[in-house]
Amino acid sequence: MSGLLNSSIGRKFAMALSALFLMIFLLQHFAINILSVFSADAFNEASHFMGTFWAVQYLLQPVLIFGVIFHFVMGFVLEIKNNKSRQIKYAKNNGGANSSWMSRNMIWSGFAILAFIVLHFIDFWIPEINIKYIQGDMSGLHNGEFRYFYELVEKFHSPIRVTAYVVAFVFLALHLLHGFDSAFQSVGANNKYTKALKGFSKVYAIGIPLGFIFIALFHHFTGH
Amino acid sequence: MNLTLKIWRQKNAKDKGKMVNYQIADVSPDMSFLEMLDVLNNQLIEKGDEPVAFDHDCREGICGMCSLYINGEAHGPDRGITTCQLHMRKFKDGDTIYIEPFRAKAFPVIKDLVVDRSAFDRVQHAGGFVSVNTSGNTQDANAIPINKQDADAAFDAATCIGCGACVATCKNSSAMLFVSAKVSQYALLPQGQVEATDRVLNMVKQMDEEGFGNCTNTGACEVECPKGISLENIARMNREYLKASLKG
Repeated sequence: MSGLLNSSIGRKFAMALSALFLMIFLLQHFAINILSVFSADAFNEASHFMGTFWAVQYLLQPVLIFGVIFHFVMGFVLEIKNNKSRQIKYAKNNGGANSSWMSRNMIWSGFAILAFIVLHFIDFWIPEINIKYIQGDMSGLHNGEFRYFYELVEKFHSPIRVTAYVVAFVFLALHLLHGFDSAFQSVGANNKYTKALKGFSKVYAIGIPLGFIFIALFHHFTGH
Repeated sequence: MNLTLKIWRQKNAKDKGKMVNYQIADVSPDMSFLEMLDVLNNQLIEKGDEPVAFDHDCREGICGMCSLYINGEAHGPDRGITTCQLHMRKFKDGDTIYIEPFRAKAFPVIKDLVVDRSAFDRVQHAGGFVSVNTSGNTQDANAIPINKQDADAAFDAATCIGCGACVATCKNSSAMLFVSAKVSQYALLPQGQVEATDRVLNMVKQMDEEGFGNCTNTGACEVECPKGISLENIARMNREYLKASLKG
């Protein structure tokens, strides 16, 4: 057991577990964000709960941050190790003949997602931490009303930011198109349900990023 | 057909090597790819040049010796075949064909297109066998009932000829398809289950030590495998390895 993470299969397993965790988080994040399209009050309530409930803040949030950092660091480490395993490249390599672009370029879609996460943290997470834990205001109120919905809509006024978000979600979809069913293969799940799982993975990989794009565009064009 | 060949030439393991252009005329579409290389070599010998070294043996798709990365694909632009089963009818008059050795840190080039694939042998030696007691009271294998599904899956895994196309085609030079086929063919049978824990741990350890890369599930190996070894074997090896790690 001790040598598990030192082996290629162990690293692959750990990568898959962190990916599965992040995909569950993504679904939960989407479920809350889509509320903003239907009801500002519902979105405010859900955001306030997630932003102040101790188990989310002090248990799930650190696990999530660890999961994100682990997934990125391990991804880069594996990429470097894998590049070393072929020191002389082919003069002609027809990768498209036997594998998808997404599967061969996870590192680049990963870089794009990392850049997006930095922007997203600057936009939402750092101000949130500042208000709650530096200024000490856990009320979630601004001028007597919940501030969450207002902050969300205000961020999507800028067409540059909305464009950046849309592009990032396209890369997220590309990453998930390979990553979703790849994670199941890595944990050893390849059986009679694999075909159905591949179908579901396409729905998830396209549906969730498309949903996030819809939310960004909805608030940008409606202004509320 | 008249063709331009761009072939990797390397005098020995220490030589830097380079791609060299050759023109070859009057190639019959009915020739096999290796016959075409034989014709080229005859021409080179007649001119007093060094012939191109390449691996080959049975020339009927079963020994796994002929490697070659042709026009960017292991065993060339066809499916379910080795290079010796590739025919020149797959190419057109005037084509330029790139011919390179299988590339991987674990498969060093010996000369020209010949690579050292003994890393596979060492992985196999690490556990790809069943220790049979041959003291005279060995049970007849046919006397042990095995369900058809497992027998078929074990047989499919056992058809791996260890050619190395999976490593050559994988962007990470991963050997997981080969190792998983060897692990699976025993893991599925009662005779192999006695040593299953040690087998998978030792074979994966050896695979990692040889310098093969990590599998990222691109699936290229399955597509290029001349024997159609399935990715299901890699999933099975992952399960076997995790089970063995928890036990060990």
